[in-house]
Amino acid sequence: MPYTPDQPPTASPEELRARIPGWGVDLDPADRPAVPKERFAPDEAGAHWHFPERQEERWPRERSIEHAQLTPVFGTSCPPKGLSGVIRKHAYRTYSEGRAAHWLLLLGADRVDAWESHLRSFFTTRPDNPITQTGLRAEFTGHGLASRLGRNRADLNHQWLDPIIVGGPWIAAGGVVVSVVRRARRRRARRAATVEG
Amino acid sequence: MRAMVYRGPYKVRVEEKDKPRIEHPNDAIVRVTRAAICGSDLHLYHGMMPDTRVGMTFGHEFIGVVDEVGSSVQNLKPGDRVMVPFNVYCGSCYFCARGLYSNCHNVNPNATAVGGIYGYSHTCGGYDGGQAEYVRVPFADVGPSVIPDWLDEDDALLMTDALATGYFGAQLGEITEGDTVVVLGAGPVGLFAAASSWLMGAARVIVIDHLDYRLEKARTFAHAEVINFAEQDDIVVTVKKTTDYLGADVVIDAVGAEADGNFLQHVTSAKLKLQGGSPIALNWAIDAARKGGTISVMGAYGPMFSAVKFGDAMNKGLTLRMNQCPVKRQWPRLLEHIRDGYLRPREIITHRIPLEHIAEGYHLFSAKLDGCIKPVIVPSA
Repeated sequence: MPYTPDQPPTASPEELRARIPGWGVDLDPADRPAVPKERFAPDEAGAHWHFPERQEERWPRERSIEHAQLTPVFGTSCPPKGLSGVIRKHAYRTYSEGRAAHWLLLLGADRVDAWESHLRSFFTTRPDNPITQTGLRAEFTGHGLASRLGRNRADLNHQWLDPIIVGGPWIAAGGVVVSVVRRARRRRARRAATVEG
Repeated sequence: MRAMVYRGPYKVRVEEKDKPRIEHPNDAIVRVTRAAICGSDLHLYHGMMPDTRVGMTFGHEFIGVVDEVGSSVQNLKPGDRVMVPFNVYCGSCYFCARGLYSNCHNVNPNATAVGGIYGYSHTCGGYDGGQAEYVRVPFADVGPSVIPDWLDEDDALLMTDALATGYFGAQLGEITEGDTVVVLGAGPVGLFAAASSWLMGAARVIVIDHLDYRLEKARTFAHAEVINFAEQDDIVVTVKKTTDYLGADVVIDAVGAEADGNFLQHVTSAKLKLQGGSPIALNWAIDAARKGGTISVMGAYGPMFSAVKFGDAMNKGLTLRMNQCPVKRQWPRLLEHIRDGYLRPREIITHRIPLEHIAEGYHLFSAKLDGCIKPVIVPSA
């Protein structure tokens, strides 16, 4: 017990070696690959340049204001577009990574991006489908009930929120569409009645 | 080409996309033969990582065959079978020159706090990932390595992140002979961290999770003692009792941003995105470690703030060590351990999923169905 100076007893190295294949082969802390944390060895990584050639910047690449310059290499997936793109560019241009506003704007832009993309998809031959895209089929092929029922799983107390997070906005949007259509119909019927009268 | 595409939180699908092209003289284009879904991909999938754009292809664990190389590539040629570390890195910046490959300063314009990672949002550089038929691999002379003929392809795949990260996490714990090591999380990284802890001289390895099937794997695969925290009144007291009230010498957080065990913490982070990550595992680590002990963090957290019990960490004199794993630094030693049979990575693979069924794969892994521990994606299946 920690109330005295003694180390609690543990299994001996011989016992451990007999039970665990390879026990202790990396015993020497100095002989581990991540030790020391920093080791100046610029030739080891395989780079044959002092500073890499620059990749072509095909559109103005957003960057952190904590960078002095655009990095020579960068990803080119998904250039910013639409309202989400405007928000993202503003977040990068205005706030450093140290500011909560930077990250909250980017998270907000992600939500806007999702809705812009859902709406855009309705004007394509492949509109978004929340049933197939959430992989719900796995509930049946992957024993959804049996994987949960009778198990001591700590995540079951919040999994019920997932369908609300995913389906809630779709149901709300559907409700808005239905109410707009109903109101338009009612207005048309009222106008027709006025004309007849 | 066919590629997994993010469509918003909890939604992915497979789309036809343009094949990636050489954008820099040291690029390679790799035809992916195997990829994996990582636990940290779920943070993207759940919409937790800022600047995750609709249309992005995820996937930072992959191997493949070189299809095309840029004009300055010297070490690879078309046809080479390669494994690619999840880090995108230049090999020549201040940090790479000192071995901190995961902290490269030349590959991520979007953030200075994190390096480049394939398929991991624009916060990590905006690179498309390997859950696709083809992927662009920058700095082909630096990151990828030819897969040795004797190495199994599944083992090679797991070297690209999960195995290297787990082994790295055990190193961050600064384990010395006779230590008691607690590993929080029995996912792939936790399992590998537990198995690696023995190699560094641990006398006890205790794995904590809430999924019995994963704890069973920790017992059989990593020879660990196991505790289901959902069956305990207070997991911190349980750890204290099992360590004679001393606490663990080393605690490894292999859980990260979506930790369970406290409804409020989980919901405010994973669902409402008000924290950079749910700090439950990190707070348990702080409380379960002995005074003067070490905490190793390789669980991934987002860049926002989290409600961490920092006062206890300070008062207990803890050492907190953490980083994204510089993968390639670990490879020579990991190859030795695989060849000697001390580490057997492919034993944790539970599912093989054709790329066309990736939405089901994500849901299966996210909802922890069907005993899922590690799903592998096969683009050509």
